[in-house]
Amino acid sequence: MATDSGVVNTQENLWEGGKSPFKASYGKLMMWYFLLSDAFTFAGFLIAYGALRFSSDIWPTPDFVFSTAPFGIEKAPLIFVTFMTFVLIASSVTMVRAVQEGQQENKKGVVFWLFMTIIGGLVFLGSQAWEWTNLIATEGVTVTTNPFSRHTEAGTYVSGEELLASGFVEVPVVHEAEAHGVAEHDTHADAGHGETTAPAVYYLPQGAADIPENRYFVKADHHGEIKAGESFEKGDNYLITYNHHTHLYETAAYKTADGRIAKEAFGPKTFGALFFFITGFHGFHVFSGVLFLLIIAINAMSGLYVERRNGYEMVEKVGLYWHFVDLVWVFVFLVFYLL
Amino acid sequence: MATTTQEVSKHPVDLLIEEYGYDDHFHEHEHGGDKYQSGFIQKYIFSQDHKMIARQFLITGMIWGILGGLMSLIFRLQLGFPEESMAWLKPLLGKWIIINDGVGTLDPEFYYALVTIHGTVIVFFVLTAGLSGTFSNLLIPLQVGARDMASPFLNMLSYWFFFLASVVMFFSLFLSTGPFAGGWVAYPPLSALPQASSGSGAGMTLWLISLVFFVVSVLLGGINYITTVLNLRTKGMNMWRLPLTIWSFFITAIIGLLSFPVVAAGFFLLMFDRMLGTSFYLNEIFINGQALDRVGGSPVLYQHLFWFLGHPEVYIIILPAMGIVSEVMSTHARKPIFGYKAMVYSIASIAFLSFLVWAHHMYVAGINPFIANFFIVFTLIIAVPSAIKVFNWITTIYGSSYRFNAASLFAVGFVSMFISGGLTGIFLGNAVLDIPLHDTYFVVAHFHVVMGVAAFFGMFAGIYHWYPKMYGRFLDESLGKLHFWGTLIGAYAVFMPMHYIGMAGVPRRYYKFDSFDAFSQFAGVNKFITIAAIITFVFQLIFVINFFYSIWKGRKMKTRNPWGSTTLEWTTPIHAGHGNWPGKLPAVQRWAYDYSKNGRDFIPQIEPVGEDEKDDFH
Repeated sequence: MATDSGVVNTQENLWEGGKSPFKASYGKLMMWYFLLSDAFTFAGFLIAYGALRFSSDIWPTPDFVFSTAPFGIEKAPLIFVTFMTFVLIASSVTMVRAVQEGQQENKKGVVFWLFMTIIGGLVFLGSQAWEWTNLIATEGVTVTTNPFSRHTEAGTYVSGEELLASGFVEVPVVHEAEAHGVAEHDTHADAGHGETTAPAVYYLPQGAADIPENRYFVKADHHGEIKAGESFEKGDNYLITYNHHTHLYETAAYKTADGRIAKEAFGPKTFGALFFFITGFHGFHVFSGVLFLLIIAINAMSGLYVERRNGYEMVEKVGLYWHFVDLVWVFVFLVFYLL
Repeated sequence: MATTTQEVSKHPVDLLIEEYGYDDHFHEHEHGGDKYQSGFIQKYIFSQDHKMIARQFLITGMIWGILGGLMSLIFRLQLGFPEESMAWLKPLLGKWIIINDGVGTLDPEFYYALVTIHGTVIVFFVLTAGLSGTFSNLLIPLQVGARDMASPFLNMLSYWFFFLASVVMFFSLFLSTGPFAGGWVAYPPLSALPQASSGSGAGMTLWLISLVFFVVSVLLGGINYITTVLNLRTKGMNMWRLPLTIWSFFITAIIGLLSFPVVAAGFFLLMFDRMLGTSFYLNEIFINGQALDRVGGSPVLYQHLFWFLGHPEVYIIILPAMGIVSEVMSTHARKPIFGYKAMVYSIASIAFLSFLVWAHHMYVAGINPFIANFFIVFTLIIAVPSAIKVFNWITTIYGSSYRFNAASLFAVGFVSMFISGGLTGIFLGNAVLDIPLHDTYFVVAHFHVVMGVAAFFGMFAGIYHWYPKMYGRFLDESLGKLHFWGTLIGAYAVFMPMHYIGMAGVPRRYYKFDSFDAFSQFAGVNKFITIAAIITFVFQLIFVINFFYSIWKGRKMKTRNPWGSTTLEWTTPIHAGHGNWPGKLPAVQRWAYDYSKNGRDFIPQIEPVGEDEKDDFH
């Protein structure tokens, strides 16, 4: 056993007690362990995502869902999220610069780069807010409803005349705003926001009761352009248009190859719920990170860390957190936008 | 506080610390007043001293233990004496006792609530916070030779989050719709749909909030425990010189750190299902014959997320008890623990395997039978390190002149319970046997013996052993022994018959059995179990009285090291103040188990290895 103790002694005695075996302060270690546990929380979420996604027969294609950007940019797959991701990764770079300036005890540099990081975080949060607003308010995705899906069979969208010819009856949409007694100009403001001026009628199969599940619409896009006659293949993506005028999801009718009339179905509910939940949980992390950064930037400005024995270690600790949040985004980005 | 430096330095232990210890200049940093000890509030309520926080965890845990025990008595009365009137409980339970023609019956909803809350609070509040929280806090800084935890502030927060969790859970007991009643595992859909049962509404919401606070408490504590063990070991305290208590608390904290966040993730998704109408856990659900528009989720997903914590949780409960038992046994056997390194490797491998077995709770939940094979194999492999530990405990007391006192008896009782309960675990780990046995009283008996009673025995061993360190007084020995024998015999009397009725197929969670001919024949056994449970509970009250009486009136501790222990906690003054050691920190010279060595009864860890002495370990 004497040789045993000899071996231990040659290892620079890091584990012999009285010092940190990792040459890191307890505060930094605690941050690492917190991040480890947080990684398990996100792992739980992402595994739940995987389990629910792969138990669903259909899943919307990210390229199709995430193809809009501010300033009216459309059909630009993943452009906006690429920008968001770039900003977040860039904010990690500025964070590294802040830590580096901290190690050189350069107060001005620390404060400058911390504020650059804060700006990066705020831009990311702002972009996420826009993305959520677009999905919820314009496209009609909520935690319980998902209008994005993919066709399970090939077909051609039909016009109102074709539906009437196939034994459907036309029913005018009772204007929901009128039904609720809301003044006309309010509805116009709403419509202007949603840009939709789709037909205010729907079709019912003959003899069917007028309940939402039985309603067939004529396919129109966001700008109200009728798409009857347009055909699609099995697996093609679609978005059930949300009519901001009538506050109705317009589930469009189409004709299958064997001449049957069918209509688009809503996509898997869990798609929207998982998206908002997981990106929201991540966004909450970014938000708290921005708050931490702000507090530490103010502390650094006040010169608090100049007197501290461990100097700018707080900057390093918040840096660990910030990089972790970025790393998590890489995984969120991967599963929601790329796969 | 009362001990001044001059007085103490005459003590031989202090002379050793003065000579070999190392000066961390701790006491020089105290400029005017001690923020840890000044004032009633800082000292007793918002204390940052690990010794006080340990006592707070213990007493809160004890309160929940009594409440949880009382709940079990009420539902045991229902099971044992379904015909008797419970009208006399009306003043306590109010509307949950329904009186018809002068005969009071327990509301079945409330029966389920009692079972649920009993499980939840015993598992989380008593055997996690009360056991690991108490002893990790008390012993980690004392036994590794640290002034306090790495972050005393987060340590304090850890207790107060637990307190908050307690308050919310306690509050939920008084809701007019009752506390959550869907079982402590809170499976959806019962937990996901507020309209599913009366307890699934506000009761479940409070249950979830309480447990989220609890997860925060565990994480704050765990981060602290791990960091303290790694970073704050005193000079000379390498990892192989740590007492087994510290090894077990350390590894327990790691398990908690990795498993609690996953259940938190599961709970957050559940909250969304409850509050925002998402369908993470719901698929094709009918309520009152009405189909709900909740599709696409999976209730089994919740079970996976829950049991990814749920199974490691049983090791979070049992590992600290194992560490305490190892330490208490070795001390009172006056022998080094047998197979120290094997013990450490067993703890580590149990911890590792605990993450690979969770689905053995789900054999009948509809998982793929081929996947079940994987979980059977790892479940049965856990028997190997567990058996290593059992053999090591037996060989530790083998041939020793074992000192029979309350602490050491409870340590032996732990091993007895762990063997009894562990053996039935091998039955249940097999999917083939689990399919007929699941959801019967066999399962109830198994887990109560192996992680309920056994963990309580480890906890009692620890309390009787370290009570002098906590309060400077001893618990009454005779009452302690009475408590031990009453609990040992009582626990076997309660749980042994349950194995029998479980094998006969009696299902758990049933309110009464009189409409089932196959089960109503066990009415006599159920009566016996109930009576045994009441008697066992009375013996626990002896302990509670002993505990609180001894805080003020117990026999005073006259010497620092009453058990003749080698470890560092007994080198501190009897009433150790903030910082634990009045002068230098002790330096560690040897491992923690030098008992009966070189003709001496024991050699403390702070004594240098002599010239002619062989350092057996390091």
